Amino acid sequence: MKWEVREGLLYTPKHEWIKQDGSEVTSGITDYAQDMLKDIVYVELPELGRVVKAGESVAVIESVKAVSDAYSPVDGVIKAVNELLLDQPELLNQDPYGAGWIVKVEIAAGYVNPDLMDMKAYITLLEREEES
Amino acid sequence: MEARQTPLYEQHMRLNGSIVNYSGWLLPVQFAGIVSEVNRARQKAVLFDVSHMGEVTVEGAGAEAYLQKIVTNDLSLLKDGAVIYSPLCYPDGGTVDDILIYRYNWDRFLLVVNAANTEKDYAWLMRHARNGESVALHNISVETAQIALQGPASPAILSPLTAVPLGELKYHHFLPEVELAGIKCMVSRTGYTGEDGYEIYCAAAQAGILWDAVMSAGRERLGLGPAGLGARDVLRLEAGLPLYGHELSAALSPLMAGLDRFVSFKKQIPFIGREALLEQKRVGPGKKLVGLTVTGRGVIREGYPVLAGDAEIGWVSSGTYSPTFEKSLGMAFLTPEKAVAGEELLVMIRGRAHPVKVEKIPLYRRVKS
Repeated sequence: MKWEVREGLLYTPKHEWIKQDGSEVTSGITDYAQDMLKDIVYVELPELGRVVKAGESVAVIESVKAVSDAYSPVDGVIKAVNELLLDQPELLNQDPYGAGWIVKVEIAAGYVNPDLMDMKAYITLLEREEES
Repeated sequence: MEARQTPLYEQHMRLNGSIVNYSGWLLPVQFAGIVSEVNRARQKAVLFDVSHMGEVTVEGAGAEAYLQKIVTNDLSLLKDGAVIYSPLCYPDGGTVDDILIYRYNWDRFLLVVNAANTEKDYAWLMRHARNGESVALHNISVETAQIALQGPASPAILSPLTAVPLGELKYHHFLPEVELAGIKCMVSRTGYTGEDGYEIYCAAAQAGILWDAVMSAGRERLGLGPAGLGARDVLRLEAGLPLYGHELSAALSPLMAGLDRFVSFKKQIPFIGREALLEQKRVGPGKKLVGLTVTGRGVIREGYPVLAGDAEIGWVSSGTYSPTFEKSLGMAFLTPEKAVAGEELLVMIRGRAHPVKVEKIPLYRRVKS
């Protein structure tokens, strides 16, 4: 497969990755997502402290051709945003799982993750994409 | 309607193009990425499949008189082997399409029309050919393939493929029969990118061989690469070229789009829509087309409102990020008082106002060698 998938991360059907660390999650878009968008030229980030719901748009990613949203993976509060992306949106293309992270969200008390995919399940999803 | 493949679909798959449905045609939106394709077109050369474009032949003793009635530009000075751009209008001045007209002979012309408009145009052309003029129309879109080679390296890429000195072909001129890589082609020095280049027409069945031959002639030697619809749209926008459905439509006249020099009120045979356009010229069009560049961050896109202070004064007709200028730019229809180069305005991007500057069209002009 031509897209990188990392162990230890969880994945959403909208091609975002999540790394949980205690009550906080870091999220970004997957290698597949950045490859579909290509040439990311601008990123709009949410304000710190904003209360968000899982599936709510928290960031806007602009490629040359199209506007896409990045969604919050959980219910919670925005704790950190990757401000480097404002001047270097290409980090999303170059290092989507590392320097291209987008937000950190403090998970709301009592919030339980819905069924996110592990690496194996996400690879299966991508293999289906690759075939179609 | 099921989406159709062009004769070059196999080539796009082989080159890993991202395929989209563009007005009923399965075409690549990008290959390596829009930014690198745009840069390649400005610095070296790219190859586009534009086989979705429509082609209609107009023949017969009445061909020129008929076309003079149909299109707004004046064909009376058009020579054999020359190409002219023209809008065609409805009686109310709205635009049917904008097309290229190739003159083979006094009684033989070829019209190249927008893909999405081919059926509509052909019906319109047929309807107006019925009043006793000796003119025969044929829609040859299906059997005709077209590729566009664009960029400064274009002449050097074609030269080993033919004995004909295509480098000497003048801008907006064409050669009806050129053998390129052994294939019979029609070649014009035209394009939709603001760069030097050629549009090459051949029989659909031979398009694959032609594409492969041009690609091999340029790829290693001169940095040629394939480009998709995404790069094509950015290139034409940087070069200030209108796109039907955005800068021209049934509701948008050529005068609103600033195409006055392609509208001849003086020609002997009056064109359809002349009265309406004359009136529009007299009272002034309600909106005028300008270029816009974004001062800070953000990308302007089609449909975004343009404001002067709190007042909405127009809309973005096309917008993108421009790799050539490394910022967002576009075109917009504005109330004439604000449609002045240098004017500082705002565009609403997702509810937030972003500063923009009004620019003259085109934003990009190549340095002619």
